[in-house]
Amino acid sequence: MEHTIDIVENPFSKANNTKGKAIKETAVVGITQIAVILIIAILFVILGIIIYQGRDKFSWEFISSFPTDGMTKGGIFPALIGTFILVIVMSIAAVPFGTITAIYLTEYAHEKSKFAAAVRFSIRTLAVVPSIIFGLFGLGFFIQFVGTGMDSAFNGGELHWGQPNILWASLTMALLTLPVIIVSVEEALKTIPRELREASLALGATKWQTIKKVVFPGSISGIMTGTILAVSRGAGEVAPILFTGAAYYLATLPGSLSDQFMNLGYHVYIMSTQSSDVEKTMPIQFATTLVLLILTLSLNLVAVVIRSRIRRKAK
Amino acid sequence: MRDIKIQVNDLSLYYGEKKALNNITMQIPANKVTALIGPSGCGKSTFLRCINRMNDLIPSVKITGEMLVEGIDIYDKNVDVVNIRKKIGMVFQKSNPFPKSIYENVAYGPRINGLKDKTQLDEIVETSLRQAAIWEEFKDRLDDSALGLSGGQQQRLCIARTLAVSPDIILMDEPASALDPISTSKIEELVHELKEQYTIIIVTHNMQQAARTSDHTAFFYMGELIEMGKTNAIFTKPEKKQTEDYITGRFG
Repeated sequence: MEHTIDIVENPFSKANNTKGKAIKETAVVGITQIAVILIIAILFVILGIIIYQGRDKFSWEFISSFPTDGMTKGGIFPALIGTFILVIVMSIAAVPFGTITAIYLTEYAHEKSKFAAAVRFSIRTLAVVPSIIFGLFGLGFFIQFVGTGMDSAFNGGELHWGQPNILWASLTMALLTLPVIIVSVEEALKTIPRELREASLALGATKWQTIKKVVFPGSISGIMTGTILAVSRGAGEVAPILFTGAAYYLATLPGSLSDQFMNLGYHVYIMSTQSSDVEKTMPIQFATTLVLLILTLSLNLVAVVIRSRIRRKAK
Repeated sequence: MRDIKIQVNDLSLYYGEKKALNNITMQIPANKVTALIGPSGCGKSTFLRCINRMNDLIPSVKITGEMLVEGIDIYDKNVDVVNIRKKIGMVFQKSNPFPKSIYENVAYGPRINGLKDKTQLDEIVETSLRQAAIWEEFKDRLDDSALGLSGGQQQRLCIARTLAVSPDIILMDEPASALDPISTSKIEELVHELKEQYTIIIVTHNMQQAARTSDHTAFFYMGELIEMGKTNAIFTKPEKKQTEDYITGRFG
């Protein structure tokens, strides 16, 4: 018998596709590609301008010396040190507090607890509060309420704590970065499998022993990621410290927590708005921005690396 | 039955509104192996986790009735759950060694109980590993990570870890279900040796395993204890139709 095949229209033919569909597909791909290119271009333009304009001024001397000549010359050493002190004091306040909160939320809070839900909601809200609001809160709460209260209680009303300083600025910044820390630590705690917790509990460990010996050691890298992200956020923010401790210019480095401090981000702001001679300060402004960018980008990079390691481990 | 280790009276367990265990009454003899069998979702694992109060971890669980271990109701509010779990060890379905060394895994229990003396710890680690029949395999690499071991080795390490707390009762939740036949037979041999000193309750899906390893067998179905008796009797002439159907493979 002869085999015959009915010649029908090829169902896979391109001609079968309606014209409209193909055009739509091409258009969508095109738009997404343009969007991506635009984003990358913007990033490169920003980085390019900053590097180009700041490159001449950027040097070891710039980083390690004080500003001179009414801040039209010299370096940014005190601003750099001030930023370091700020993020260190901030971390000391925010990391333990954030970690403990995260432990409560993941380990102790009842699954359907209304209180835990309220805490989570508060954290999410805290994360979206504009940073200038934190600055105003810091001024109102830490300086005018706590600081002034401390002065009238311990210093007989003499002004000491009731004014902007490193401590209040750091605590204000700590509030701003808390959500970052809490979420990172929570995420890390959740990667510890239930089986391991059960193994520990089944051996007669208490919940706290289990957290201390099994859950916590497994989440160290998550806590580090949270800390680094918080530090990089804190290093770049200006609004929270505007009223709470940043100084325009200081001839010496801060010696105690009740001193004011200079700060990189604030320095950029000062340079660009309060300058007496824009021509002269422009390169300083760009070089300061460059230092700030290098600082925050490298911190973020470290955080990304650690986080991807945690994720890999979790799988 | 003489030497009753665990007496269960009218025990029911609810997940929220849903009743998962229905009025279980049974006696578990001391120094014997008791197998809990039944189809998936019949409540046998849930029941096992009642014995060391592992279900406490699930917030929606409510338990009524009595679970008397050596005459003491472990659900009494004066009982400390931590002490219960020291006395009643558990080996899980999926081997779950800590990401620590072999030594530290075994020493974990004694350590959380406050034992710091190195010589005593060494001794406990050795005895426990010997009891779990893995001392010879592991003695030269006690500092290696437990995560590098094979599944069967990990599971035997978990058994050693449980033994290190010197429990009376060992609960095993399908301890060999994820293992190859050779590792499985090693675990079964171990169960056989351990029953001299411990009361063992083992949940298993594997009918042959229940027949090989246990002295008594309890058959669970839909949250009820259908039948319990000597393993021989259950497997040769079960009294209930449902038991017979399950054992002969007509369902489940």
